[in-house]
Amino acid sequence: MMATTAQKFQARPMGFFTDTTICIGCKACEVACKQWNELPATNGGANTLSGISYDNTRKLDGIHWRHVKFIEDFTPDRSTARWLMMSDVCKHCVQAGCLEVCPTGAIIRTEYDTVVIQSDVCNGCRACIAACPFGVIDINPVSRTAQKCTLCYDRLQAGLEPACAQACPTDSIQFGYIDELKQRANQRLRQLKEQGHTKAQLYGADENGPLGGLNAFYLLDDDPEVYGLPRNPQLPSKNLAPSSGLSVLGAIVMGILGLVSFRKNRMDRFAAEAQERGGE
Amino acid sequence: MPSQVFTTAPHWEWWIVLYFFVGGIAGGSFFISALIDLIRGEADRPISRIGYLIAFPAIIIGTILLIIDLGRPERFWHMVVQSKTWLPAFKWWSPISFGTWIVTVFSMFAFLAFVAVVVQGRGVTRPFYGLFYQLGIVSKALQILGAIAGLAVAGYTGILLTVTNRPVWANNNLLGFLFMVSGVSTGAAMISLLAASKRRQHEGALYSVHRMDTWLLVLELILVVALVIWLSPIISWASAAAPGWLLSWGIILLLGVIVIGLLIPLALQWNPRIMPGSALLAAVLVLIGGFVLRLVVVISSEFLDKVRV
Repeated sequence: MMATTAQKFQARPMGFFTDTTICIGCKACEVACKQWNELPATNGGANTLSGISYDNTRKLDGIHWRHVKFIEDFTPDRSTARWLMMSDVCKHCVQAGCLEVCPTGAIIRTEYDTVVIQSDVCNGCRACIAACPFGVIDINPVSRTAQKCTLCYDRLQAGLEPACAQACPTDSIQFGYIDELKQRANQRLRQLKEQGHTKAQLYGADENGPLGGLNAFYLLDDDPEVYGLPRNPQLPSKNLAPSSGLSVLGAIVMGILGLVSFRKNRMDRFAAEAQERGGE
Repeated sequence: MPSQVFTTAPHWEWWIVLYFFVGGIAGGSFFISALIDLIRGEADRPISRIGYLIAFPAIIIGTILLIIDLGRPERFWHMVVQSKTWLPAFKWWSPISFGTWIVTVFSMFAFLAFVAVVVQGRGVTRPFYGLFYQLGIVSKALQILGAIAGLAVAGYTGILLTVTNRPVWANNNLLGFLFMVSGVSTGAAMISLLAASKRRQHEGALYSVHRMDTWLLVLELILVVALVIWLSPIISWASAAAPGWLLSWGIILLLGVIVIGLLIPLALQWNPRIMPGSALLAAVLVLIGGFVLRLVVVISSEFLDKVRV
């Protein structure tokens, strides 16, 4: 969408607005992403077919940073049928779970408010994989580090838009400043509602919503679950205080149990009993 | 639909299960030994000595397991020092970062105690033995701080699992408490196993170890039941989404943890004088139960990765 000039972008929140209603499932974004980022093929190119879908990429992982989901929504008798397409990607959460838990500082927030894993810092502990509410991150078997979409940080720094957005033939993937993208998204949502798409909704466009909003947000034509997206994504740290509190309580309980069990006079008594029995 | 089912498993598998088990024993055995030293004093030091002899090698083995599990083991130090700035890498709100430091700090206490009890009675008591035992309030403080660090080592692993977005792990806040109790329990079991030959001279201390372990087993039983109740929503989702999941992991939990690891040892330990060797058998079963507990908690969640929406 945005012209590819050599002009530098401003250090303001940038991201993707993905309008799933105009995605045609061509997977050009997947290919462009793989090419630009030099991501290896699955299993050295000997990928097996999924067998349950026309989609053979299956999921986002360390070597698939873009994935066009095919939601093949058919009733068993095929009386009703629909295809939904959605180009999935790292959401670059405003409050990012992966960034929170990363122990090495490999995961950083950039000047464009995007979230990037520095592959030369990551040591592959995989805390971020378990922390991501969307299942975006996984290990790249070549680097043996955790990897995901960087929102083409290298291209952004050179004033280029991300490879996927540039490749998208229908502008389903739009790149730009978040505030501008949100205006555009709201306009498109109104248009769809007027056309009778009653379930059309924005996902991740609300800065007061879950995770403080997503810098890669979506226009969906149905509920988030239909697209394999959690309705209420959460930060892993929501459990930190209660878990730690209960553990401290546990430590106190064990200290008390220890004092009760190891009381000296009690031990002396049992020692004396043992002596008596020994002397009998 | 629970939001945890949209996430990817981190492939924390056998090395991690083993580390959780060994780390629990390390922290737990130090905690028990420090209690014996602090409350009982010099008379039962042959028993507390055993705990310290376990703790240091166990935490070293645990650290090695953690390093092996990394995708890039040669970069393990990135968790201690930031590789780009050379500043310390510490984020108290990241359980792995906190854990790295608590394991490091605990290893120092464990090393001090280990050397102290190894040199004990060999004529070379300074500086380690002197520092750990003969320096009055300083020695007491080292024992207390080491014991607290030991509890933290045993417990943070459970917190680490809850501070994720994965099914089972993130659906409760009890794992830190549970792993801490189980860690101390397995530490106590290791001590009673290795102290078997000293039973006659130290009946009092060992009786206390068993008493403590009995309390811990009761507490652990309550916690396991509470955990299952807490997890019932995700359990019912998983059993519908992944046929066989509840049956297989339920049986492993029931037999491996509740029956073998808790109920039988409780029966044997309730009165350790019932039959000769009952305490030893109980200790072995407690160790098996402690391992299976971590196995069930860690791997049952990993299994749910195959059920993607």
